[in-house]
This record gives sequence, structure tokens and C-alpha cells, in this order.
Amino acid sequence: MENVLEISDLNVSFALHNSEVHAVRDLNFSLRAGETLAVVGESGSGKSQSFLSIMGLLARNGRATGSAKMGDVELVGMPPRQLDKYRGKDIAMIFQDPMTSLNPSLKIKRQLSEVLVKHQNYDEKKALKEAIEMLERVGIPSPERRANAYPHELSGGMRQRVMIAMALLCRPKILIADEPTTALDVTVQAQMLDLFRSLTKDFGTALVMITHNLGVVAGVADRMMVMYGGRAVETGHVDDLFYDPRHPYTLGLLSSTPNPAERAKRLTPIEGLPPSLEHLPKGCAFNPRCKFRFEKCFEERPPLEPFGEAERKKACFYEGQLLAEERSA
Amino acid sequence: MLRYAFRRVLSALPIAFIAVTVCFFILRLAPGGPFDTGRPLPPNVLANVRAYYNLDQPLFTQYLLYIGGVLRGNLGPSMAFYDFNVSQLLAIGLPFTLTLGFSAFVIATFVGVLAGMVSAVYQNKWPDYVLVLAVMIGLVVPNFLMGALLQLWFGVYLRWLPAGGWVTGSITHLVLPVTVLAWPHAARISRLMRGSMIEVLGTNYVRTAKSKGLGSRLVLARHAIKPAMIPVVSYLGPGLSYLLTGSIVVEQIFGLPGIGRYFISAALNRDYGLVLGTTLFYMLLILVLNLIVDLVYAWLDPKVRYS
Repeated sequence: MENVLEISDLNVSFALHNSEVHAVRDLNFSLRAGETLAVVGESGSGKSQSFLSIMGLLARNGRATGSAKMGDVELVGMPPRQLDKYRGKDIAMIFQDPMTSLNPSLKIKRQLSEVLVKHQNYDEKKALKEAIEMLERVGIPSPERRANAYPHELSGGMRQRVMIAMALLCRPKILIADEPTTALDVTVQAQMLDLFRSLTKDFGTALVMITHNLGVVAGVADRMMVMYGGRAVETGHVDDLFYDPRHPYTLGLLSSTPNPAERAKRLTPIEGLPPSLEHLPKGCAFNPRCKFRFEKCFEERPPLEPFGEAERKKACFYEGQLLAEERSA
Repeated sequence: MLRYAFRRVLSALPIAFIAVTVCFFILRLAPGGPFDTGRPLPPNVLANVRAYYNLDQPLFTQYLLYIGGVLRGNLGPSMAFYDFNVSQLLAIGLPFTLTLGFSAFVIATFVGVLAGMVSAVYQNKWPDYVLVLAVMIGLVVPNFLMGALLQLWFGVYLRWLPAGGWVTGSITHLVLPVTVLAWPHAARISRLMRGSMIEVLGTNYVRTAKSKGLGSRLVLARHAIKPAMIPVVSYLGPGLSYLLTGSIVVEQIFGLPGIGRYFISAALNRDYGLVLGTTLFYMLLILVLNLIVDLVYAWLDPKVRYS
């Protein structure tokens, strides 16, 4: 299948007073047309920053190097003025907190229609009509009335629906959703995931779902990438990773997620804390928290390498089926 | 929005009433009276004069008489300018004060907002440093010193501008007084605007606007300015009272025949009627302008209208 986004050797760093923090290191992956990729990791694992850098939305002290190609277009290092031709049109983003991500002083309709006026050269009237159709499409009741409302007059779920409508107005090839359900009630979360599933399917949009919630991953994603300490540590199809995780961190995430089928079992948290990006341990960044570590893990950093058949990669020296071993232990 | 405006007008009335009452009694607590300066008057003449101005009545009766007059639109006589009543004096000074104050207000707001925006967008780069310096000068140099310095440089040494006085229709006579009056005001606005703009530029909704590819100009003009203006607009009301008290000093320095000059001489002469009249006038001006500010505020921040 055709790749809509090709990331190679992406690095993101932030300049502090007299040091530099590397938030993302040597990231390589591709996104296929129409697929859903889940990017999973704890806070500070670099999952959000890698995609903010592609959108040109890093903080002032942030810097991205490497390459992110959308078709023939190189997004990394592109000046903002040129980037504006693509973001919002071919590549759109939805943010974590719908309460603060809409402008409180502008009506909903304005915030939607401006996207079409800018990218499709629609006049205000046509843009408004299209915006209202899109609001209806994302399941907002009486969209004409809501379009005239200000964000504070809508509930959190409604606002996230507005954000989704806004991102999809130009039928982008790529939609990046940065923890889109984290700030919402659980019941609303499920509705939102359904919406993502059906809309990306209808529009043929490739979806990147950034999350730390494996329930969300299981619900929507085709493939997943697990990140730890700024690097990808395991990638592959969602089913493969869920039933046979090969990186101890992936295993840890799975064991700490409630599973209704095993209600009697206690959850196992991952011991220790996420690493500080300024002082990553020598060797594998996960070694202080790892149950499967051995000497080599403290000396050398395991590279992300393919193994087996089904397009899987892992960055771990330990060979073996972790889940099976843990169950028998 | 209309109902909100109506409510605000109604709530301004009791404030005006309380302010007049407080001013009336405070003024009477001050030692001395309108006829204690200058040549001493013979006791029977003084008694006649006092009776003419109702000063021989009990204080509370005088208060009721004054309030009654004000309600009928009569601000009473001036006790120092015998040939004029207070309303006439205000009418004479008004055009000067309003021209000065209004130009300074508009220019200061415009310049302050613009400077604050530029400062925020070029945060910690040279345009920001230059503007912050100008802001500091405006904040720390008092207006009587700034006035004198500008008069000396531009009026006496360089002879570019008149050092004082007023010629109707002449803009050059306005440049220096308006500059002195507007500078500190613009400086405070610029500081507020810089701070709130930096905050707004870091908000999630500005990030959303950028992610939509709107372009930096549209992001700034449509998504950032309106919310960033909210603290500035809420300052404009109180800021106006700074501007008005400043205009009293500035009128004096540049010899402009505005209301501010009457205010000073009236206070020194214990000209009860004129002090109360000018105070009442300034107060109404501040109330009306605050009302306008509140309405603009409600337009900027939709949440205000319903609370």
C-alpha cells in the first residue's frame, strides 16, 4: 500500500539554558494510506513532540532534524509560511484538551469556515454551509444553532466533535490525534472512537492516534508503535503486540491495563519511574525497570530491528516470548 | 447585550450619588473657606456674602440645596469667579480638556496596544528591548519633569514646537502636551498587552489556529488580538483616571485653559461650588467611559454577558 508519511531519522531537541534535551531520537516509521497507527507511551516518551515537530508546532526552543516526507513534500525544516499550504489541508491535528483548544472569543462557525476559506478558496457563505454539514456529520444535533454558539456554551464531548469536524473539513490525507479522548468521560470516549473509525474510513484518511490508553489502541488501531525515552522500542500489528509482546516495556503496559476477562487478577504496575530525558541510563533506557535485563543491556543500546515475519520490530536483546514466560513463572 | 448595557447604566447612578455626597462633606471638613484668603472682609459684609451663598445654613440643609440644584442641572455659582456660574466655567474649559484628553487616550491606547504586540511577537529580540526601554521611561519619569524636558528640548533649544499655550486648530500646540500625557498611559497599556499577548500566543487555541495553516498574520489578527485585549480593556477604565489627573498637571505646565486649571485654583481658593462641579464632571466622564469599556469587554469576552 502507498505510504502517505515517511519518517526517517527524526530527532527533536529542546535548548535549555546551557544544555539540550533530546525528546525524540532517530525515529523511523511510515504511515500507509487509510491505516490507523497508534503511538503509545508514557508522558515524556516523545510521542507528542515527534508529531508536533512534523506540524511545525514545536515550542520556541525546540528544533527538529531528520526527514518527514509527505509524498514528495519534506515537512521538517520547511518555513512556516510554506508549511501553511499543507497543514490544515493535507495533514491535520486534533489536540488533547478540547476545553482549551478552541478559541473562546470566536463563534464555532468562524473557526470552522476559516479553514475552507483559506485552503479551498471558498467564499464565506459556501464555507459556512459546508461547515454545518460537517458538524452534522460528526454527530452534533441542530448544527445550525451550535455553529452560532461560542465554545463555552458546548460540553467537552461536543467541543471535541467540533475539533474533529474542523480537522476533517479539507478531507486530509493524514489526521494526527494527540490523546483525543483523555480529557473526556469514559462513555463519551467510546462514542468518539466510533466516530474516528467511521470518518477516517469514509474519507480514506490515515490516522495517527497518540495515546497512553491501550483500550483505545485495541479499539481503533491497525498497527502500533511503542515509544520509551524518546525512541521507538517495538512496532508491529496491534494483535501481534497484544498477544505476543517482545519488549518488556510493552509487556509492562499490557499488564498494567485492566482486562475484563481477567477480573480476578491484580494489575501489575511497571516498577520505577519514566527516565529523565537529560540523564538516560547507559545501554537500554529501560534497563532500571526491566525484569528481563542481563549484562549486555547495561553496556549497549539495543537497536530497533526486524524479527520474525509479520513486519515486527523490537529494540531488545532478550529473545523469548515474554507473556508466556511471565505466565509460567 | 442590550439588557447588559441597561443594567450597567442603572448601577452607575447610585455610584454617582455616593461620590457627590462624599466629596461634599470631605470638602467641608477641610479647614478654611472661600472668603478667608485675600483682604479680610468687614463682619457684616462677610455675613451678607455667606447668606448669599447659603453658607449660614446648617450643613445638611446646604447639602440638600446643592443636591436639589444638581438634579435640576444647576451646579451653582462659583465663589471665586464672581461673574460666572460653575456650568459656564466648565463649558469654557471643556473643549480644551476634551481635545487634550481624547487625543491622548486614543493615541496612547493605539500606540500601547501596537507596542505591546510587537514586543510580544519579537519577545527578547531587539525590537522588544527598544520598546521595553521606552516603556520604562514612560513609567518612571513623572509628567511634570517630562513636560519640562520636552519643552526645553523641542520648544527652546530646537525650536521645532511651541513650548506651551493654545491656538485653536493648531496641531503643533497639541503635540507636546499630548505626548507627555499619553506616554505613561501607553507604557502601562503596552506592558499589559505584551504580557497577555505572550500568554495568548502560548495557548492551546493559538496552537490549534497554527495547525490549521491560517498563516501567522491571520492567527495574530483573528485568534490572538481579541483575547489578548481583555486585560488591556479592563485597565482602560481605571487608566482613564490616571489620564485625567495627569491632564490637570499637564494643563498647568503647558498653560492650557482647560478644566484641570480651574480644578487646581478652585481647590486652593476653597471655591466649593467649582471644586464640586469639576469633581462631578470628572466623575461622570469616568463613569461614562467605564461603561463604554465594560460594553467593549462584554463584546471581547462572550462569557461576561451572561454572568
